[in-house]
Amino acid sequence: MGKTFKKPEALSDAHTHYCPGCTHGVIHRLVAETIDELGIRGRTVGIAPVGCAVLAYNYFTFDFQEAAHGRAPAMATGIKRVRPDLMVFTYQGDGDLASIGMGEIIHAANRGEKFTTIFVNNAIYGMTGGQMAPTTMPGQRTSTSPFGRNVEEVGMPIKMAELLAALQTPGYITRQTVIKPKYIKKAKKAIKQAFTYQMEKKCFSLVEVVSTCPTNWGMTPVEAVDWTEKTLLEYYQPGDYKVPA
Amino acid sequence: MAKVLMKGNEAIGEAAIRAGCLNYFAYPITPQSEVAEYLVRRMPEVGGVFLQGESEVAVGYMLFGAAGAGARVFTTSSSPGISLMSESISYIAAAQCPVVFVNIMRGGPGLGGILPSQGDYLQATKGIGHGDCRLLVMAPASVQEAVEMVMKAFPLAEKYRNPVMILGDGLIGQMMEPVEFPDHLKSEPSNKDAWATNGMDHRKSNTRNLVKSLFLDPVVLNDNNLALKAKYDRMRVEEVMSEPYNTDGDYKGLIVSYGTMSRVCRTAIDMLKADGIEVGMVRPQTLFPFPVKAVEDAALKPSCTHVLSIEMSMGQMVEDVACCVKGRLPVSWYGKCGGDIPTPEEVIGVVKERIA
Repeated sequence: MGKTFKKPEALSDAHTHYCPGCTHGVIHRLVAETIDELGIRGRTVGIAPVGCAVLAYNYFTFDFQEAAHGRAPAMATGIKRVRPDLMVFTYQGDGDLASIGMGEIIHAANRGEKFTTIFVNNAIYGMTGGQMAPTTMPGQRTSTSPFGRNVEEVGMPIKMAELLAALQTPGYITRQTVIKPKYIKKAKKAIKQAFTYQMEKKCFSLVEVVSTCPTNWGMTPVEAVDWTEKTLLEYYQPGDYKVPA
Repeated sequence: MAKVLMKGNEAIGEAAIRAGCLNYFAYPITPQSEVAEYLVRRMPEVGGVFLQGESEVAVGYMLFGAAGAGARVFTTSSSPGISLMSESISYIAAAQCPVVFVNIMRGGPGLGGILPSQGDYLQATKGIGHGDCRLLVMAPASVQEAVEMVMKAFPLAEKYRNPVMILGDGLIGQMMEPVEFPDHLKSEPSNKDAWATNGMDHRKSNTRNLVKSLFLDPVVLNDNNLALKAKYDRMRVEEVMSEPYNTDGDYKGLIVSYGTMSRVCRTAIDMLKADGIEVGMVRPQTLFPFPVKAVEDAALKPSCTHVLSIEMSMGQMVEDVACCVKGRLPVSWYGKCGGDIPTPEEVIGVVKERIA
């Protein structure tokens, strides 16, 4: 009997450092499956962010660069401009992309750089220990909003997919999640679509993936899935915000 | 090739192309924006890449990404812009990527002014970014020398896999001088397959490459810093450049000066000679590594009684000069840093007051 399910070649054998109930592992796998299916491992360069995925290169088996906090889209721009034949993607969290890297992502998207961004939004800073992010929900408690996010003081959480979709240039902007199998199938399709647009040299693509952080949310993995579905997905609604004509 | 009359900034852009660097990322800032204005037209003619980034911060990382993928890249900027790029320079040095930075200095601190200055000496030579990183720093004194140093900078950046900086004051960028371009560099960019993320297919390899600066294991991080230090020590032995002036005979005083300031000092030395006062000069061409031996030897000439560091900065280089002299002679500083370049007469006045 042949094997019908196996680890993608683009994923390494390393054990990840991610917490139980974290969705980074699922998203890594979807990216790796896509790279295998498109047969592009030998010409792909990933860019790791600062944050929980800073060590992402340990879990993949192709070339990787590691950025400073928020600067991954600028690095991807540099690579893609000098080597348009390489397949380049950034893998960034919400603190990285929506806070310190807001300038870099907006301008890379607006120039229509032909790379792909996987934007993992779990509404909190993970690696640094659970501080408030620009995406933290109103009232959500974090180590730097211990009484809950006060929107009078720091404003409402930023919806990155909507914000980027307001620009004219970017081609494919979509929001997905991976908290249940039915969502994972859609997320996989979106990630593959984004890489395919890049292969076709068509457009800039961003796939936002609404994710969990049970450790810093102070929840069990099951509670985290429930809270994501009931609270985060209400505010960060999944769907395609922009598709190429 | 015949001599052409060219503005420093444009000549720097042309020199990079002749050095085989066809990738330029930059952000406009006075007094060096002419480099971008020149290259936006010139790069398409040679099939090169030109991109105006959204900020100097982003440009630093465009360079990092491109260099990490194995390309020859450079940028030009001026003082406040270099401060913004300094974050990326630390990462680039840590990840050991070759990038050439040109800083056409203007007066500081803060927004300062837009006229020539040498106020970034300490930043370039000692404090370019966080952590134990260094740049190889060359300081041209003419448009011709700027061209030659730019063309030299790329092979050096690749030899050391380290960022190299051309530190020119605003006058070097803004003035027009006759310049003769050397032939295009023959050397191909070095083979980067051992480390660059240029794609496994490209290298026909099954091993992937990583370009990174995070080393969580303290032993590994220390090893990386030792590797960087070994490169900087090697630069101190192999890359030091300086030019003596009027040091063959006896002289009562020694001037140490670089860039545009050294040209004013040269004129002052000639005028002093006519008055019967002999003054020698050492002009550092590399600021890191600093020409320690050349300055020390020149200062220790028995006839020499005083060493003067003359700068368009507030006594930044004088610290290095004093280190070379090791307390054996008086060392003093003279300079201005508002964009108003000291005249030969001012230099002569200082020499007569302190030396003659």
